[in-house]
Amino acid sequence: MSTETIVETESTNNDDTARTPVLEVTDLTVTFPGMNNNPDVKAVRGVSYAVHAGEVLGIVGESGSGKSVSSMAAMGLLPEHAEITGSVRLHGEEILGKKDTEMARKRGKVISMVFQDPLSGLTPVYTVGDQLAEAFLVHNPKAGKDKAHARAVELLSLVGIPNPEARYRSFPHEFSGGMRQRVMIAMAMANDPDVIICDEPTTALDVTIQAQILDLLRTAQRETGAAIVMITHDLGVVAGFVDRLLVMYAGRPVEIGSVDEIYYGSRMPYTMGLLGAVPRMDLEDQGALVPIKGNPPSLTDLPPGCPFAPRCPIARPECDEAEPELLTIGSRASEADADQDENTDAQRVACVRSAEIEANGWTAQDIYPVPEIPEPARAAGDRESLPEVLRVQDLIKHHPLMKGAVFRRRVGTVSAVDGIDFDIREGETLALVGESGCGKSSTLMEIMSLERPQRGSVEVMGREVGTLSRSERFGLRRDMQIVFQDPMSSLDPRMPVFDIIAEPLRTHKVPAREVTERVYELIGLVGLNIEHVTRFPAEFSGGQRQRIGIARALALEPKLLVLDEPVSALDVSIQAGVINLLEELQAKLGLAYLFVAHDLSVVRHIADRVAVMYLGKIVEIGDTKSIYTRPSHPYTQALLSAIPVPDPERERTRTHIVLEGDLPSPANPPSGCSFRTRCQKFITLSESDQEQCMSVEPEIRPTNGGDQGSACHFAERRSDLV
Amino acid sequence: MGKFLARRLLNYVVLIFLATSFAYLLAATNLQPRVYFEQMQPPPAPEVVNAQLDTLNLNDQTPLAERYLTWLKGVVTGDFGKNIQGGDVSAQMWMKAGVTLRLITVATILGSALGIAIGAYAAVRQYRAFDKAATGASFFVLSIPTVVIAIVIQVIAVAINDGLGFTFLKYVGEYSAGFQGNAWELLLNRIHHAILPTLVLALALFAAFARYQRNMMLDVLGSDFVRTAMAKGLTRRRALFKHALRTALIPTITYFTFTFGALVSGSTFTEKIYGWHGMGAWLIDSISQQDVHVVAAVSWFMAVTIMAASFLSDILYAWLDPRVRV
Repeated sequence: MSTETIVETESTNNDDTARTPVLEVTDLTVTFPGMNNNPDVKAVRGVSYAVHAGEVLGIVGESGSGKSVSSMAAMGLLPEHAEITGSVRLHGEEILGKKDTEMARKRGKVISMVFQDPLSGLTPVYTVGDQLAEAFLVHNPKAGKDKAHARAVELLSLVGIPNPEARYRSFPHEFSGGMRQRVMIAMAMANDPDVIICDEPTTALDVTIQAQILDLLRTAQRETGAAIVMITHDLGVVAGFVDRLLVMYAGRPVEIGSVDEIYYGSRMPYTMGLLGAVPRMDLEDQGALVPIKGNPPSLTDLPPGCPFAPRCPIARPECDEAEPELLTIGSRASEADADQDENTDAQRVACVRSAEIEANGWTAQDIYPVPEIPEPARAAGDRESLPEVLRVQDLIKHHPLMKGAVFRRRVGTVSAVDGIDFDIREGETLALVGESGCGKSSTLMEIMSLERPQRGSVEVMGREVGTLSRSERFGLRRDMQIVFQDPMSSLDPRMPVFDIIAEPLRTHKVPAREVTERVYELIGLVGLNIEHVTRFPAEFSGGQRQRIGIARALALEPKLLVLDEPVSALDVSIQAGVINLLEELQAKLGLAYLFVAHDLSVVRHIADRVAVMYLGKIVEIGDTKSIYTRPSHPYTQALLSAIPVPDPERERTRTHIVLEGDLPSPANPPSGCSFRTRCQKFITLSESDQEQCMSVEPEIRPTNGGDQGSACHFAERRSDLV
Repeated sequence: MGKFLARRLLNYVVLIFLATSFAYLLAATNLQPRVYFEQMQPPPAPEVVNAQLDTLNLNDQTPLAERYLTWLKGVVTGDFGKNIQGGDVSAQMWMKAGVTLRLITVATILGSALGIAIGAYAAVRQYRAFDKAATGASFFVLSIPTVVIAIVIQVIAVAINDGLGFTFLKYVGEYSAGFQGNAWELLLNRIHHAILPTLVLALALFAAFARYQRNMMLDVLGSDFVRTAMAKGLTRRRALFKHALRTALIPTITYFTFTFGALVSGSTFTEKIYGWHGMGAWLIDSISQQDVHVVAAVSWFMAVTIMAASFLSDILYAWLDPRVRV
C-alpha cells in the first residue's frame, strides 16, 4: 500500500488542484471487535482508491467482501464500536476521525449515499416531501420552510415523480419500490454533492425499474457533475456504467483497472472466475459456467496467505505464505518501491502469478476445470412426439378483495393468474419469467396444490388433478417435487441432513433399508460428502443448503421438478455450481423442469422454452433461442433490452428500451391489452390501432409459424436488442 | 378517521355498560346489606331492616331483575343510588374521583415519560453500564407487587424522617388535617403529600415502559431509515431522536392501554396504604360494609377510565402513524 501513498502525494504537489481526487481512500481497515469472547471480524483490510470529479468507480464483490462496509466507513455511518484505521480524504481533507457533528456537515452536502433497499430506507411516519425538504434544510438552516418545500418539489420532478406538488404530501408506503428509490436519489442530489456513493441501488428492484433507476443515476451525475462510487455484485450493471473498476475479495481489493482492462484482460484468478461464472444473456451457446469451488473465507479466521488461495485452481505453495499486494502486472513488491514513474491508473492485481497469466493469455476456461455436462439424449426437433409431463390450460387464480368486519362484502378481485396455457414435455425446461407481482409464483402454488383450479385444468403425467381422490393425489406427489428460493428457511434447522433428505421417502413408506441407501446415493448425486449427513443445516453455506434442498426434491425420483427461483439468493460464484448441477441432473435423470425466475440471463442458460408473464397472463411463449434473438412482444423486447450485459463494449452500443411507470395493480388491470399503459409500441401506433389495443384483449398467436407465439396485435420480431 | 373513532367510541360505551352491569349483579348477589343492618346495636326489628333496605333498593327479597332495573334507571339519569348509610353515591363519587384521577394522571405521565426516556436511552447504549443498570432496576421493580413497593417506601420514609428528626416526607393523608393557609400554601401542602404515592405508582409503570421501549427502540436502531437520515446530514443524536424514537413510540402507545388497567388496580392499594380517600380506598371500605351501590359505581368509574385510556391511545396511534389513517 505504501506505493500509492507516495504517488498520490506527489501528484497533489506538482499538479494543479483539479487533479486532487474528490474522494481518496487510503489503506482503510475496519474491524468489528468481537463481544463476549467472540473473535474480531476484520471486515475491511486495506482498501485504497481515488475518484476524481465526474468519474464513476465501480466496486464489485460478493456478499461479505467488505464493499459496503468500506463506503459506510467513508460516510462515518458505522456504529461507534467499529475500529477504523487508514485515511479517507474528501477534497484532500482528512475526514476519518472527525466528530459526528463535523461529519454531519459533510454528509449529504459534499458526500451523499443511495442505499440498497428503498422499501425500508424512508422513515414511515413522515411525508416523502418533508424528508426531502429536511435533507435541504439541514444544510441550509436559514433558507426557511418555503424554500425547502420548493426545492423538494423541484427535486421530485427532477427524478421523474409525476405530479410532484401533490406527491409531496404522500407517505412512503404510498409509493412503489421504484418511486421510493427515486426519492432516495433525489435526497442524495439535494445539495449538489461532489461524490455520490450508490450501494447496490438496483439490487432490490425489477429489471425494468432497474433500467429506469440506472438512467436516473446517469441524469443525476450529469446534473451534479459528481463523482460516483457504484457498489454492486452485478457484473452486468457496472459494465456499461462505470469507468474504473475495483474488485474486492475477503475485505481486500484484488484487482483494479479500467472496465475494459478488467472485463477483457483480467489477470486475477478470482475476477476471471467471477466473469466466467455469470450466465450470459447475449451468448447463444455459452457452455458450462465456470464454478469456483469452496466458499469465501470467514472474516474472523483468515488463511495466512492469499485469501483466495484455497479456492484458486492455480495456487502454488508460495500463495499460502504471504498475502500478495496490489501491484501492476508482473512487478514484485520490492521492485515497485523503486518504480517511481508508476502510473496510478494502470491495472493492478493482487496475484503472484499475474505475469504468467498475462504472458500465456489465460482465460477462465483455461485455468478452471469446467465440468463436462453430458448432452441429453433427446429426439431432435420434434417435441410434439414426447410425452407430456405437465399441461396447464386456461388456469386462473383470483383472490377476492373483501371489506368490512361484520358484513363482509366483495369489493373487487385480484387476478393473480388470469387464464394461462402451457405444457412441458419429458426432459424439457420451461422457464416462467416476469417481474415481481406478475403471477409466476401464484401459478406454481396453484399447480403444486394439486387441487381443482377455480377455472381451467392442470394435468400432471396426463392425469387431470381436479378429479383425483386423496390417495391418488398423494401418489401423484411423487412425480412432482419443488425446490424453494430461500435455502435458509426451506430446511428445518433442527433436523440433520439425513432426516431432511429421508423425510419424503419415509412419508411415502419406503422401507428403512432402502432409505439409507437412497439418501447416500442422493448426497453423492448433488455433490456433497457422506460425512455431511449428520450435520445440521446451519453448518452449511447457501449453495450447499440449496444442494440439500435439491437432494430432498429428487428423493422420490420425480419426473418434474419445480424450481422457484432456486439460485436468486446465491452469490454468482456459488450460483454457477448449482446451475451446472441442475443441468447435469437433467441430462442424467431425464427430468423436466418448471423453472421460475426473474433473472433472464440464468433463464437463457438453462431453459429450453420460455413463457413471459405480465399481470397474470402469458404474453409471449416459445423456444429460448427465438425469444432471446427475435422477441416479438413489446414487453419481452423491453425486458430483454433492460438487462445489462457483462460486456462493456457491447453495453455501450446497445439501445435500451426504458419502460415508463410501474406495474399496474392486478386488482384493477387496464382494459384490452394489459400492457398498453407502459407499452413503447402503443405510443407510436395510429389512433385506430390504439383503439384496438384498448378494447380487444390480444390472444396468443404464432409469430414465426412455429413454436414462438405472442399476445400482441402488432407483434413484430426484432433482433437488435441483445 | 372520524368514522373509525365514532365506531370505537360506540364499542366502548357497550363495554362500559356490560362491565358495570356485571359488577352490579356480582355485588348484589354476593354482598349482604341485610347483615350490615342486623349487626347494629341494638339489633333493629326485621320490619325496620326491610323498610330500610327497600328505601335503599337493596332488599334481597325483591327479585334481582327488579332491583337491577331500578338501579339501571337511576344510572341512566346519572344517579348511582344511595350508599348503605343513605348518602348520595354520585355526589361522593365525583369528589373521590378527583382524588384518584389526580394521582393516576400525574403518575402515568411521570412513569411513562421516564420509562420511555430511560428505555430509549438504554437501547442506544445497549450492553453498556447504563443499559445494564436500567435493565436491573426495571426487573427488580417488575418482580415486586405494588403493595409491597408502597409499604417499603413508607417504611423508608419513616426511617428518613426519624433520622432527620423532622417530617421531611409525608406519608399519610392527602393534605395535613386542619391545614390553614392560602391557596398557594394549600397547593404546596398537597404536592408534599402526593410525592410518595405518586412515586409508588410511577415506579411500577416506569419499569414496564422502560423494558418495552428499549425493545421497540432496538428494533428501529439498526433500520435503514435511521441510516438514511444520517446520510442526509443529521447528526446521530438528531437522527435517533427525530426518526428512530418517533417511529419506536408507535407500538408503545398501544401498550399504554394494557398497563393502564394494572395502574388503576395498583392505585387501590396505594390509596389505602397512604390514607388517601380516593376511589380505591372507597372500594375496599365498601366491600367490607356490604355496600352494593358503591362497588358498582367504583367499577363503572374504573371501566370509564380504562376505556378513556384506550380511546386516547387510539387517537394517539392514528396521530403518530400515518399508515393507519385511512
